[in-house]
Amino acid sequence: MSPRPGFVLEVDRSTPSTLFWHGEGLRLERLPVGSRVLYAPEPLDPLEDPVTAIREALLHPLGDAEPLPALLRAGMKLTIAFDDVSLPLPPMRRPDARQLVIEQVLDLAAEAGVDDVVLICALALHRRLTEAELRHCVGDRIYDAFEPQGLLQQHDAEDPGNLIHLGLTDHGEDVEINKRAATSDLLVYVNVNLVAMDGGHKSVATGLASYRSLRHHHNARTMQQSKSFMDQHKSELHTSNWRMGRLIADSGVKVFQIETTLNTDTFPPQMRFLERREWEWSARDRAGYIATSATLARTPDRLARQVLHSVRSPYRLTSVQAGEVEAVHAQTTENVYRQQLVAVEGQTDILTLGLPYICPYNVNSIMNPILVACLGLGYFFNMYKGRPLVRQGGVVIMSHPTPWAFHPGHHPSYIDFFEQVLAETTDPLEVGKYEEAYATDPWYVHLYRTGHAYHGVHPFYMWYWCAHALEHLGAVIIVGGDRAAVRRLGFTPASTMADALELASDVVGRDPSLTHLHSPPLIMADVS
Amino acid sequence: MKALLVERSLPRFAAARLVSSVGGSGTSAGIGPLRLTDVEAPALPGPGWQRVRPVLAGICGSDLATLDGRSSRYFEDIVSFPFVPGHEVVGVVEDAATGPAGAPVPGTLAPGTRVVVEPVLGCIPRGIEPPCEACADGRVGGCERVAFGHLAPGLQIGFCADTGGGWSQAGLVAHAVQLHPVPEALSDDDAVMIEPTACAVHAALAAQVEPGDMVAVLGGGTVGLTTTAALRQLATPGALLVGARYGHQRDLAGELGADLAVSPEQLTRAVRRRSRSFESSGHLSGGADIVVDCVGSADSLSQCLAMVRPRGRVVVVGMPAKTTLDLASLWHREVSMVGAYAYGSERTGTARRRTFAIAMEVVAAARLGRLVSARYPLERFEEAVAHAGSAGRRGAVKIVFEMHHRSPKGSAS
Repeated sequence: MSPRPGFVLEVDRSTPSTLFWHGEGLRLERLPVGSRVLYAPEPLDPLEDPVTAIREALLHPLGDAEPLPALLRAGMKLTIAFDDVSLPLPPMRRPDARQLVIEQVLDLAAEAGVDDVVLICALALHRRLTEAELRHCVGDRIYDAFEPQGLLQQHDAEDPGNLIHLGLTDHGEDVEINKRAATSDLLVYVNVNLVAMDGGHKSVATGLASYRSLRHHHNARTMQQSKSFMDQHKSELHTSNWRMGRLIADSGVKVFQIETTLNTDTFPPQMRFLERREWEWSARDRAGYIATSATLARTPDRLARQVLHSVRSPYRLTSVQAGEVEAVHAQTTENVYRQQLVAVEGQTDILTLGLPYICPYNVNSIMNPILVACLGLGYFFNMYKGRPLVRQGGVVIMSHPTPWAFHPGHHPSYIDFFEQVLAETTDPLEVGKYEEAYATDPWYVHLYRTGHAYHGVHPFYMWYWCAHALEHLGAVIIVGGDRAAVRRLGFTPASTMADALELASDVVGRDPSLTHLHSPPLIMADVS
Repeated sequence: MKALLVERSLPRFAAARLVSSVGGSGTSAGIGPLRLTDVEAPALPGPGWQRVRPVLAGICGSDLATLDGRSSRYFEDIVSFPFVPGHEVVGVVEDAATGPAGAPVPGTLAPGTRVVVEPVLGCIPRGIEPPCEACADGRVGGCERVAFGHLAPGLQIGFCADTGGGWSQAGLVAHAVQLHPVPEALSDDDAVMIEPTACAVHAALAAQVEPGDMVAVLGGGTVGLTTTAALRQLATPGALLVGARYGHQRDLAGELGADLAVSPEQLTRAVRRRSRSFESSGHLSGGADIVVDCVGSADSLSQCLAMVRPRGRVVVVGMPAKTTLDLASLWHREVSMVGAYAYGSERTGTARRRTFAIAMEVVAAARLGRLVSARYPLERFEEAVAHAGSAGRRGAVKIVFEMHHRSPKGSAS
């Protein structure tokens, strides 16, 4: 039986309560009659033989690229860059898609006699991965073969000795990327395209770039003009990255792009109720919900976090594309849409979101308030094509505990951003006046380069990610959040969903339409 | 006449310590060493002394420490029991000081003069001749003879059995050198803030702030806020950062001249950002040039050491007690830690001025009378002390006794 497409449910009196993620917990909320609930398409059938599919993609590339074996020769300098652990979410069960692809690339390189090979984790300004995380990405065999010799590296955007300025785009944008990657005879980039934003020219132009380069598109104005950044053709973020990517290609950097897509089989069997539609829950699903939610509610936050971050997703590959960047990405995007897109008629006054415990920037870490905002208003809000799910001047209601808590090792500059910058202004355009100071703070630079800290400027990017939503919305309400933290974000706290709807009525009137994005699993709304 | 009296009673001190350790500062006034009683006006100890009828008398952190039974034993020999507390006093001179022949003593004040009391009992009030080196130098806060002379031991009025104190309708006695006429322009609320502000002035000048220095003040109570005002008015810091626990304290700190007021746990990070320091072993590699501790606890002192720069200066203004501190960083980073107690006279440029005179200017300029949050009659001393002990939590700063019965201003806060 083929997987069912996404579904838009209209809530009636017989509709059971709707599942909401609430950080490290779960809640059932009864939505008003007439509300719409968007359910993700069921997981697409995976590739039966991913190894063969990868090999086929490498041998039959898209666009004007030659097959990978034709690009490999003895004596050449080969760099393989790959995405970091910010995706997929949750991390997928071993073997990770990156491992499967890199193993094949390395096999072909070995067959061709290539012996100057370096692997680079394309961190951009994300935190460095731990050994366990790197092992998870590339597998033990590759890790053990490359890391001890210094051949498994993590991109350092603050290492002037390993950056190269390739020039300016016709818009005056600096293009400065990893020198080893740029000066290799071939740069193979291995993507996991969890959402439509990922991949394409953004892989190299962002993943291997420096702050000097990133600042041109990671800013509030660009994000306000990206409607949405999940829709490449309406995304200024992507337009800028495409300019940079083309300049990189024109500079002589030869990129062989490999992109992979995953299905939405997000949770392991014992948590499968999270992927099912509530009215279809079996007795086992109900028992699973009760047991899981009750256990999480009684578990200390820290332990609950550890348990949930240990979840490994049974994601399976649905496609592999390889070859020339733009041709590859066009095909990949279609495959992402094929899995995630749900047609929706018309916008809504109120969009509700149940935010889970994880987002791209808190893998094995704490979801601090800035990341709560980014997940809700950056990612979920932007999961649309056409028009935003919620109308201009509408309200987003997010359910999350939003603790005033930060991981000091991973997010040190976030703490300062929250205490200093957001205390003064929450306007994405205004916060930028502090950006330079944070980006160049030597302590943050030190922690980024030697520890496991996100770069000093990173919280600004998280706030810029919210810029489109903040400009578009009339109000943002967080249900069940720490009141002080929610207020610091500039949002309105509410104790319950009923209270939130009351508060929202001040903005959107007494009889608003409401749509709930039942995610994860990931959904992208195609709003007509 | 009614007065509040502290008696030497070990069981009561022990009970106060126990209760305040559970219930918080100021909660033990009912069972501690303080009691409301009838007292006679204190006798004039000698020529040059005058009686003062208090109008307002503040409750200080050092008073609370005594009433909570957690004062350092260091003070045992420099106080004398029973004593009437109250050393932050604005009052009125009751009668003329006369010499042996009944003639007015030169330099004394006319009856009815509104005065603030400079309570330190140095060599001159004690009749010690020649005065100690500190008193001779005008630094009466550093007097070496506070346990000697013709008075009972007592470092200040309000801790001495012979002088009375401000928490009394019977009045107190003070030597003429301890009395400062209050300018008309200052209200009683302003005037009662002069003594704590004098402490702040002394601390601000002891900090030796160079133009452009980064100064951090830890604490947002009376000491922290008056010190903030004094630093802003008497020095030219490049940045003045304040760590204060409560929102109203932070608001006031900003009004009094802080460039940034944050919660205490955020202060170290704010200093780090400004100094663009690194962190190592919980200490900033750079940090503030000067840190002023207006709390006096082990935690606050440790935090000060963590955020002061190497070879920087920590000024301890809040009264500490027995404290356990890791001083390795003080040694390794060659940090200076200095105390700042009371007042006397200050060198400003080439001149010396009485600290109280400078404090009056600071009080007037910063309108520090606004820090007085509530007035209580003596009869409601338990409420008053409890209010003072929880002032920050209750949105208050300075709690005072008023010697005439009126409805307490803001006592419900």
